[in-house]
Amino acid sequence: MSSQTTVDKVAAGIGNYADDTAGASKIVNGFARKIFPDHWSFMLGEITLYSFVILLLTGTFLTFFYEPSAAETTYTGIYAPLAGQTVSEAYASSLRLSFDIRGGLLMRQVHHWAALVFVAATIVHMARVFFTGAFRKPRELNWVIGGVLALLAVFEGFTGYSLPDDLLSGTGIRIADAIILAVPVVGSYISFFLFGGEFPGQDFIPRFFTIHILLLPAVMLALIVVHLFFVVIHKHTQYPGPGRTEDNVVGFPLFPVYAAKAGGFFFIVFGVIALIAALFSINPIWAYGAYDPSPVTAGSQPDWYMGWLDGAVRLMPGWTEISAFGYTLSLNIFIPTTVIILFVMGALVAYPYLEQIATGDKREHHLLDRPRNAPTRTGLGVMAVTFYVLLWISGGNDIIAHIMQLSINDITRFLRVALFVLPAIAFVVTKRICLGLQRKDREKALHGRETGRIVRLPHGEFIEVHAPLSDLERWTLVQHEVQRPMEIEDRVDAGNPDTLYGRFQRRLSKFYFEDRVEPVTPAEVEAAHSHGELGSDEEHLAVGDKENAAIGTSQTLHG
Amino acid sequence: MSEIERAGDAHGQGPGTTLARGQGGVAEKFENPGLPEHRHRMGDTDPKAARRAERQVAILLVLSMIGSVLIVVSIIGVKYDGSFNQISLSTKAIGLSMFLSLFALGVGAVHWAKTLMPDDERIDYRHRQRGTTAERDQAVAILKEGTDESGIARRPLIRNTLIGAGVLFPIPAVFFFRDTGPLPGDDLSTTMWREGMYLTKDPEGGRIRASDLGLGSVVHVMPEGIEDQEEILNAKAKAAVLLMRLEPELLNPGSGREDWAVDGIVAYSKICTHMGCPVALYEQQTHHLLCPCHQSTFDVTRECKVIFGPAKRALPQLPIRVDAEGYLQAQSGFHEAVGPSFWERG
Repeated sequence: MSSQTTVDKVAAGIGNYADDTAGASKIVNGFARKIFPDHWSFMLGEITLYSFVILLLTGTFLTFFYEPSAAETTYTGIYAPLAGQTVSEAYASSLRLSFDIRGGLLMRQVHHWAALVFVAATIVHMARVFFTGAFRKPRELNWVIGGVLALLAVFEGFTGYSLPDDLLSGTGIRIADAIILAVPVVGSYISFFLFGGEFPGQDFIPRFFTIHILLLPAVMLALIVVHLFFVVIHKHTQYPGPGRTEDNVVGFPLFPVYAAKAGGFFFIVFGVIALIAALFSINPIWAYGAYDPSPVTAGSQPDWYMGWLDGAVRLMPGWTEISAFGYTLSLNIFIPTTVIILFVMGALVAYPYLEQIATGDKREHHLLDRPRNAPTRTGLGVMAVTFYVLLWISGGNDIIAHIMQLSINDITRFLRVALFVLPAIAFVVTKRICLGLQRKDREKALHGRETGRIVRLPHGEFIEVHAPLSDLERWTLVQHEVQRPMEIEDRVDAGNPDTLYGRFQRRLSKFYFEDRVEPVTPAEVEAAHSHGELGSDEEHLAVGDKENAAIGTSQTLHG
Repeated sequence: MSEIERAGDAHGQGPGTTLARGQGGVAEKFENPGLPEHRHRMGDTDPKAARRAERQVAILLVLSMIGSVLIVVSIIGVKYDGSFNQISLSTKAIGLSMFLSLFALGVGAVHWAKTLMPDDERIDYRHRQRGTTAERDQAVAILKEGTDESGIARRPLIRNTLIGAGVLFPIPAVFFFRDTGPLPGDDLSTTMWREGMYLTKDPEGGRIRASDLGLGSVVHVMPEGIEDQEEILNAKAKAAVLLMRLEPELLNPGSGREDWAVDGIVAYSKICTHMGCPVALYEQQTHHLLCPCHQSTFDVTRECKVIFGPAKRALPQLPIRVDAEGYLQAQSGFHEAVGPSFWERG
């Protein structure tokens, strides 16, 4: 008993001090019991956040041993094949970090794997947000912040990848320099200011180091804080279901449930990345050797998140480079790098606003869409994913050619066409699949679910018995709101149809909502049921009743 | 339960899902049935199950402690003499201990939350981001009042000069970056190759006698004296050359280039005209050069013109000759810029 009171006393003391100095009671009252909804897909953002924290922790460790300098030194470490070679301090210290520091190699590998997981989790998290419509009002700005973070994550990854100054990363820098040189008018100047003169020079390593460990992480950390702040003030979205509405959030309290779940999940993510790093080597810089601009390794591949840009560069035909009036415009590089990044970022940032124009919907949305209930959006998303994956595949065209014994020229030619054809097909097919799934939902809501029981009727006909849905089961299938094109709806809130904007808005609305499947209404269910119950006897048992309804249903369906 | 029912009824309908009665008393839309009845877990009703869960959590936390101890043991205990086996062993030992320590702690916490902490759904109510009309009016009034007090509208002189100062002050910041690098000048268009400079093997060094090159051979070449350059890598990034010997009749030199080869020996820049990777793969049979970065392919029999891939320009040719003793040397530098394109290249 006495220990209990001691604990209580200490807790009271700490609490009192925290409240006196920081107003802790208000913070606890406001936040501790905040409700968060539960769903596995909400953990994708958590993985992103946690891998960022892991990157900060392991990265700090690495800076204690890494030497950000291109100065020449003679390698004298324990890796025999490189003994006596002239290498940069950066490369030598990366090797020392890997071989002479206990746990150094592990930390480097945790850092590198965490970076790969970080970018991957960012992108999958964004896909989840996109396909469920979580970017809709009031979260558009947070979507934009997320997009900027994704771009910064890629830059952060690239600058870090460049620091060991090995042959592979040097080749990456060489390509980055070519991307900069291809920027019209100012390219050579930007390149010379970034590299402190000609490529590669001595300056890029300390500069990339500062960008990698200070500038970008600071900006990202600030944006992450804003991102999370928005999550708190908006409250988390939730999937539709019984009891879930636009006005509530159903779930579990931050303290103690999410403190344990989310806190525990951080350790799970850290543990799994440590496991991967313990067992799987990543970026073995000692095998590549120090950077030298004249040799290169066949099958050079960047980290996975740069693959799509590398693929775009590989697909672009060379004739798009234009020389005229004494100047060279390298569209063969500029388009698949700078332009495509700007285009993707532009599309990403503009999308929520574009969809808002199509729907003319200014209301807040906190219930997520089931992807099938937004067929055009889902189609566009899959189209974008297809485009991305094709570029990514192009980035490995040499590896594919090698493994599958195909001509690299044929693969490249195929991909050049496929890049435009397959995304279009993916859009149409996905949209049709979504509409099909919605029809299936309608059938299920109307006629109940298939039981797999086949019954033979007295006159010989075979039918499958359908079991009716409960109100709870049906709700998920019928809860959504359907959008109709503005043309057929008398929308007073839409733009004036005589203006250019109004016409654009109506065309966009037609593109989005012309093909649609409306959710089942109670009247339809009633009609379906009364049809099925024709001739049914009041004396029937409940089971018989159900069966009868289902029979009627399947007769309407198949008869 | 009362709270939950309230959620279904009073708050059940968001905008657009308003319940409207259609004809004949049938609703136009379904009504939100409210939260399903809560299902209790084993541990909520069966004290035995709860104790079992408690033990499982404790076991996981003990495993985590063991993992933490093992990390220390692996760092101190695994002999670290720098041999590859020991590095590998140490990395695995520390990493797997870390996994145990972190993962078991994480799973323990999550298991605790899932089995023993209350799992009945609770409800928070949302508020619209947009303020009420009164709040918005008040905010506008405050801003108007503040603007009035500042007098910015009444004093255009201050307003305009403020805009001017605000626009101008960040611009000088850009100029602080002036000395981050020199201006490009002609650095991108020139290499260290000059007339009479000898070709040497890369990386072993040593001049190359034309007669030593067999048919079909290929040699990586740097100009003699490159090791004495101040910025070796910068020089190498532009001066790298590939030397190949083909049947002389296979070569189709253009006008002005007839004497740039020596007896079927040709020298081309090794730096890809696309993005500057070394064009290091030579296919002897087809006489094609392939860049491993983006697969631009150059045909050596046609002055290294691009026959496939994203590059536009042919690899620049280095005119070569032999001296009196038969060693290969440059007739001149490159006649055009090597490497990736840039705006001023022309």
